[in-house]
Amino acid sequence: MIDGFIAIYIFMLAAFTGYEVISRVPVILHTPLMSGSNFVHGIVLVGAMVALFNANSTLERAIGFLGVLLAAGNAVGGYVVTERMLEMFKASGQKKPAGGKH
Amino acid sequence: MPSMNPVAAKWIIDAAYILVAFLFISGLKRMSSPSTARGGILWAGLGMVIATLVTFLAPMVSATTSADATMNLVLVIAAIGVGGALAWWSGKRVAMTDMPQMIALYNGMGGGAAAAIAAVELYKGEQHGLAYATLAVLGGLIGSVSFAGSSIAFGKLQGLIKRSFRFNGQQFVNVLILGAAIVLGGLIATNVNASPAIVTAFFALALILGLTMTLPIGGADMPVVISLYNALTGLAVAFEGFVLNNAAMIIAGTVVGSAGTLLTQLMARAMNRSLGNVLFSGFGETGGGATGPVTGSQKAIEASDAGVMMAFAQKVIVVPGYGMAVAQAQHKVWELAQLLQNRGVTVKFAIHPVAGRMPGHMNVLLAEAGVPYDLIADLEEINAEFETTDVALIIGANDVVNPVARNDKSSPIYGMPILNADKARNVIVIKRGQGQGFSGIENALFYLDNTRMLYGDAQGAVNQLIQAIKSVE
Repeated sequence: MIDGFIAIYIFMLAAFTGYEVISRVPVILHTPLMSGSNFVHGIVLVGAMVALFNANSTLERAIGFLGVLLAAGNAVGGYVVTERMLEMFKASGQKKPAGGKH
Repeated sequence: MPSMNPVAAKWIIDAAYILVAFLFISGLKRMSSPSTARGGILWAGLGMVIATLVTFLAPMVSATTSADATMNLVLVIAAIGVGGALAWWSGKRVAMTDMPQMIALYNGMGGGAAAAIAAVELYKGEQHGLAYATLAVLGGLIGSVSFAGSSIAFGKLQGLIKRSFRFNGQQFVNVLILGAAIVLGGLIATNVNASPAIVTAFFALALILGLTMTLPIGGADMPVVISLYNALTGLAVAFEGFVLNNAAMIIAGTVVGSAGTLLTQLMARAMNRSLGNVLFSGFGETGGGATGPVTGSQKAIEASDAGVMMAFAQKVIVVPGYGMAVAQAQHKVWELAQLLQNRGVTVKFAIHPVAGRMPGHMNVLLAEAGVPYDLIADLEEINAEFETTDVALIIGANDVVNPVARNDKSSPIYGMPILNADKARNVIVIKRGQGQGFSGIENALFYLDNTRMLYGDAQGAVNQLIQAIKSVE
């Protein structure tokens, strides 16, 4: 059980963590990072799963189904596009053999 | 369903969520450096897989199992399968140019999911206590706004919504809708009236608010808006995490909420706009009215002459903008740069923080074409170098190189940090026509004595430059 002040502590510390983690990110990584943080809030999937597991009526089941569907889209889509973007970042020295100059 | 000791199941889930929180945070941390960024998303992805798998144990924690537990389990698997497959398919095939709207779309889905969790909880009508009900309502409101708003952002950037909808008193109407939603949310949270009709009306208002807030905002401001909705979705997820007593959601949602807020501020600052200004002024597409007089004329240049000029330069700085992205010209631009490098010309790429549609959008496109990231410089790094540069090649960029931001106090973009391309000895601007930039502001750079305009779409113009330089050899 996460109650009262413990919840507020977690909220506060997590907020500082997010601020600190991103404050050292160079501009060139802003788009991938926005995409990456977009992926991370795909964790909403576990909440949507729990909501659907506990659904008792058709209405709850329909909304829960929609929630899991959307959340899975957030998580999977967020991962795929972030991974595709980050895959392309390479320094001069580490070029793919096929993509070399000569 | 196989049964398991509820206490053991709970312990496994909680322990796994600690690991998940660690993987998420260290994953984001690794994403803060280009060399470890790729590993960062893998760590976070591993965290997501663990979190999802372990959550299948959740039905064993609650003592009272739902009568339709098997059916719910089947629905969960089906929804993950369908939603995941569609997102996988769309994410794999989207062009790099279209990344911003795709991020908006996936972000909206997350907001919608958070709202759905709130809806399931609120339609149940069980009393959780004021604090929990308030958080459920707030998460539902924020999630719905993020869902509807992100969908509009997607529609605008994808070109599905061509115009901005504005009318007098629009902000007043938005405030009214927000007020009504808060009143209904208050009724629900305090359990004065939490009937399904009120809950439905509450969510309808929240969705409408997301639409009416986002429709008036112009496309130029969409990066800031997407970033804001990204932060809001994180916050909504955190609130629903409190409602569901789910530590993984609280931590991950809050981290994204604060990181996204900081990122939004950085972006707004780079555009010299306050967040309130972005949300409420509707500047992103109108503007233009307050521009000072621009004297002189735009002077055209042939690609062959421009090619010679660059071939015999010592140093060339390329300034890419959204026009390069639209024309998918990044591969050609890199070919051009390599050609110049082989002739001994120093070539660098200068990226304005808000070039394109998102901070770093240009970097992603150039990286896609194979440009090593150490050739790519930020505004602060490179601005002093323009004075010693022979040719600044502007490809489809406009507002981010407009000198009026430095010297015309009446301009709406006055004070915005710009790339000082006008200080280069020669400026070549590749541009489709004589039109104005995304902000609608006349660009004084195009009228300078040392500026030559190379009209044409970026792909074609760069191709001509390549041919011209090759013919020099």
